[in-house]
Amino acid sequence: MTERAGSRLERVLAAGHFAVTVEVGPPRGPNAAAVRRKAELLSGVADAYNVTDNQTAVVRMSSIAGARLLLEAGLEPVMQMTVRDRNRIALQSDLLGASALGIKNCLCLSGDHQQASASGKLNGHPGAKHVYDVDSIQLLAILKGLGEQVQESGDPIAEPARFFIGAAWSPLAPPEAFRVLRLAKKVAAGADFIQTQAVYDVPRFAAQVAKAREMGLCDQIAILAGIIVPRSARMLQYLNEKVPGVEVPEELIRRLRAAVNPASEGKMIAQELIEAVRVIPGIRGVHLQAIENEEVLPEIISAAELLPRPVLNIGA
Amino acid sequence: MIIAEWKPLSELTAKLRGHKKILLVGCATCVAECAAGGEKEVETLAPLLRMALHKEGHPAEVVTRTLERQCEWEFVEELAPLIPQVDAVLSIACGIGIQAVAERYSEVPVYPGVNTTALAIREEPGLWLARCQACGDCGLGETFGICPVARCAKSLQNGPCGGTRKDGKCEVDENLECVWYQIVKRAEARGQLDKLLEFRPAKNWSNSLHGGPKRVLREDLRP
Repeated sequence: MTERAGSRLERVLAAGHFAVTVEVGPPRGPNAAAVRRKAELLSGVADAYNVTDNQTAVVRMSSIAGARLLLEAGLEPVMQMTVRDRNRIALQSDLLGASALGIKNCLCLSGDHQQASASGKLNGHPGAKHVYDVDSIQLLAILKGLGEQVQESGDPIAEPARFFIGAAWSPLAPPEAFRVLRLAKKVAAGADFIQTQAVYDVPRFAAQVAKAREMGLCDQIAILAGIIVPRSARMLQYLNEKVPGVEVPEELIRRLRAAVNPASEGKMIAQELIEAVRVIPGIRGVHLQAIENEEVLPEIISAAELLPRPVLNIGA
Repeated sequence: MIIAEWKPLSELTAKLRGHKKILLVGCATCVAECAAGGEKEVETLAPLLRMALHKEGHPAEVVTRTLERQCEWEFVEELAPLIPQVDAVLSIACGIGIQAVAERYSEVPVYPGVNTTALAIREEPGLWLARCQACGDCGLGETFGICPVARCAKSLQNGPCGGTRKDGKCEVDENLECVWYQIVKRAEARGQLDKLLEFRPAKNWSNSLHGGPKRVLREDLRP
């Protein structure tokens, strides 16, 4: 495969390493120091760091700005971009800007519906007008085009804006039979790597990955298995019941409920999940999330024997 | 049909306060079918308005009329003798009907009594569901006769997002089907799931509101 964007993540995967990405949520304010603090905390534990784009439709510092702040702190960002808030003009403009700022990885998402912004303690913006001019798969095609110096309309751009192109995959969400086909569509549209919905039910996940492998998809993309570090039985129960595509086996919930120290048991579970997905053929890395609890990540990644992260020769 | 829903009575009285004689006008077509603005609703709303205005210290006379179709000039014309006798009109037709009355009788204030919300079908008694968004670029032939523009919360074109619930409902509303789940099921039933593998490129929205207010000109029908 020819090099797409030359990002660190792309090179780590190309060199055959088992990749590690982690999620860094930008603050709900203009505080650059808050991003730098997280960067400092997580420096060296991952190959790239996802910066979310107003996740759950709650207003936060933009993913472009967050990604640039990470770059300045010496970390490689995966800029997340949803199609909820921008039409194809704004998407392409922001992608050109992101490229100019040195951002090389972009994860293309549908984005949470604006109604989700009011589901917690915040008022959110449920009355907002959403965009959805294009969908996440059409966005993948747009990124591919920008790398080939062509806009969505067919108009040329002066220089290519190259990205290592990411997409999400929720293999266990219904309709399950279609999920592998949807993955195939994402690959065909231009995806280079995948970060999946959180995996707890490893056998079911492995079965879907096996189908993707049979279709030859795993030769064309790098799939990183998503893992959300659990903190309590209640959290697992919530994920199982409320978050589509997340299937948590009852025994995991029971185990965390019985634990004397659920937080440390949760870290243990995360470590075991990493080890379990690592041996699934076709899985090329993990994408770890510890929501508002990022400080646990270095310990988990270290315990899973994924440190130190590979050092790549610049310009190699 | 075009569906509409009543505005809260308090919103109506806030607008109508001070008017002495109000014409409440309905429409016997779409909004009658969706039980929002037909003759029955006109005759139900009129006494409620009278009572509410009276209670708020702004008594007014409310006269009623229901037109066959409030979106056609010849029917709108029927209001001509009534208009000089009133000082306000409250229309509970769809937005098209309300504007037709406001245009023909620009000398009186015309207020909306309903919110026009969708192009929908009556699914069950008392339940209407959106079916069309008048996007101007119909792709029903590719989605097994089910419209994701109007019926997917994100108008997705290439399959379901990750938000399909275990029971096939939409994560945005537990009472609504995930429309892509429905499309996939219909494709499976026909043994044509592979048809959904085809990449559907970005839609052309220019034949809808996004291309500017719609204007259809048919030379063959011009006088």
